[in-house]
Amino acid sequence: MYRYNDIDRELVDQRVAQFRDQTERFLAGELDDEEFRPLRLMNGLYIQRHAPMLRVAIPYGHLNSVQLRTLAEIARRWDRGYGHFTTRQNIQFNWPKLADVPDILALLATVEMHAIQTSGNCVRNTTTDAFAGVAADELLDPRPWCEIIRQWSTLHPEFAYLPRKFKIAVSGSVEDRAATRVHDIGLQVVRNAAGETGFRVLVGGGLGRTPVIGEVIREFLPAPHLLTYLDAVLRVYNRFGRRDNKYKARIKILVKAMTVEGFAAKVDDEWQHLKDGPSTLRAEDIAHFSSFFVDPDYHLKPGAHGDLAQQAGEDRGFARWLERNTRPHKEPGYRSVVLSLKKTGVPPGDITAEQMEAAADWAERFGFGELRVTHEQNLVLPDVREADLHALWLLAREAGFATPNIGLLTDIICCPGGDFCSLANAKSIPVAEAIQQTFADMDYLHDLGEIELNMSGCMNACGHHHIGHIGILGVDKNGEEWYQITLGGQQGEQAALGKVIGPSFARARIPEVIAELLQVYVALRQEGERFVDTVHRTGIAPFKEKVYAAHH
Amino acid sequence: MPHIIKDGEIIDDGWLLMRLKEGLPAPAPDAAEQADVIIPLSLWRDSAEWRERTAGRTGVWLGADEAPDLFPGDWNDFPLVAVDFPAFTDGRGYSIGRLLRERYNYAGELRAIGDVWKDQLAFLWQVGFNAFEIKHGKPVEDALAALKSFTGHYQSTWRQPEPLFRRGIK
Ligand code: SF4
Repeated sequence: MYRYNDIDRELVDQRVAQFRDQTERFLAGELDDEEFRPLRLMNGLYIQRHAPMLRVAIPYGHLNSVQLRTLAEIARRWDRGYGHFTTRQNIQFNWPKLADVPDILALLATVEMHAIQTSGNCVRNTTTDAFAGVAADELLDPRPWCEIIRQWSTLHPEFAYLPRKFKIAVSGSVEDRAATRVHDIGLQVVRNAAGETGFRVLVGGGLGRTPVIGEVIREFLPAPHLLTYLDAVLRVYNRFGRRDNKYKARIKILVKAMTVEGFAAKVDDEWQHLKDGPSTLRAEDIAHFSSFFVDPDYHLKPGAHGDLAQQAGEDRGFARWLERNTRPHKEPGYRSVVLSLKKTGVPPGDITAEQMEAAADWAERFGFGELRVTHEQNLVLPDVREADLHALWLLAREAGFATPNIGLLTDIICCPGGDFCSLANAKSIPVAEAIQQTFADMDYLHDLGEIELNMSGCMNACGHHHIGHIGILGVDKNGEEWYQITLGGQQGEQAALGKVIGPSFARARIPEVIAELLQVYVALRQEGERFVDTVHRTGIAPFKEKVYAAHH
Repeated sequence: MPHIIKDGEIIDDGWLLMRLKEGLPAPAPDAAEQADVIIPLSLWRDSAEWRERTAGRTGVWLGADEAPDLFPGDWNDFPLVAVDFPAFTDGRGYSIGRLLRERYNYAGELRAIGDVWKDQLAFLWQVGFNAFEIKHGKPVEDALAALKSFTGHYQSTWRQPEPLFRRGIK
């Protein structure tokens, strides 16, 4: 894991001081709402329904146990005892007081954390695969590159006031778990025929109002040129992106207007001036950043298969959890464990202070003190010995963390929606809960297999509903909350946007509609076929027929 | 005389900034006018009279949507170049400033004008601006302090071309 040096520390402290000054000037009336707004947003502070919401950065989803305990302390002292993990691998607090925020930031700074650029029209937290560095299918570790990009993007003096927010994702595995195709810039770490490391560069992807799958603008960018190339892309966007209409200000609109080829050519022109400049990464620089992400000493805690098979054979609950909530590890004898934050009755992604502390303890006891946040809003213990899994399962079950539903229908990805967010058209949390209650039968859930259900409370798509196998979007119909359903969306290499099945539904009907969709799937599926694959094979017609038939 | 911030100090400033009024013809230079004037780049390009003016010094300002390559000559012929910030959230001027310094090697006074105040100064300084006309009504002394907001930077900037990772700070 990356550790701060003196300069990192100084920068974060200075940012806290700057924000303290901005907050004080606002509270003293020297800055008006309009002036303070972009300043506070750039530091992750929204004004929500009930109170300000503070979004704290978790760079590429990496946390250590000390940081997680500090988040627990913040939740207890300044919030109502819990936090909420977001689809950008960050954490949000929904109840702090504005005047307390500088103190919260000062505490975060003591554990190398901050809220820099977690909102606003700037480069946001770079995201990656939550299993980076430990995944069995990893080709190249994306984390050194994430850290290089984190430093480059943090307080970049040229790109603090972009036309709109800007999101970068990096992936280095076979399965793209970082959703690189739906980011402003997606980087896939690859190796060329000569064995050199580089990036496939995609631009213009994104969800929101106008969902677009990103397109490749460079098949192979040699690694040393990463930063000069990013500078070129950002400069073209900063200068030519639209600023007259915030709904047309994302880079995807610029790419469309210029065409992908036109945009790539413009970037290339710009890059010719920057290429080989001082930001070029030398082998020693790459080695320096990579040195933070070496494997822990797996031998200190020698892996043992223990009697995993026997334990699983004896306990169906454990077997299920093992199947759904753990993942293969590159190191034999280890697995990565996903702690489910999708328990029925708890808003998806919410975590209590007690849970944070428990997870921090387990990270130390069973792992190497590290944790990851997934963009599906769960928490990961990356390195757990197989021999420890049963003990961990018992503890996790006790703490409400062990619902064996990772990747299943009830592992719902969901934005805070109308309960908290002032932009919402509709609530999302109660809908998620109603669905979880309807599908409480674990046997049925497991039989249904992998289904990603994503829900957003408005077009801003924080719940990534477009790429849910089932997507639910809150819409406003004459002041009432209605929900539109899309089918067939998908993340990863085969990224696809879901198709709207028809007119929206009242909230009360949603669980029933989902049940009907699943009945169609069960009736039509072929051996081993996932829900989304059935949808792609049959099209949406049979699903549509079923849900609209009986109710006309 | 109005105060501006230049090279880290508050100074009296004698330059007059000319903004064209929509619909009205651009004024011709007054032969008797000895003042230093900052005129729009478009006026410089369109008007031989302005280009040949000798009574006082003449600088130009660029709008946020004007590219530095609109001017085919040597930017160093100007004693002053200003870049307009129509809104403080409009970041185009940062790229323009950097291009003027890094690509066009402009070495003279580079001034930020328009909706410019305290919270932008640290970054504007990094990309190459050395003079700031603080928006009317915003405190100038307070803004001056902001130049020192950050003592370090990760990136390659005009002020510090070597990014942090190349400076051996590990
Ligand atoms: S999708 Fe809409 S309702 Fe949900 S958090 Fe984002 S802005 Fe708020």
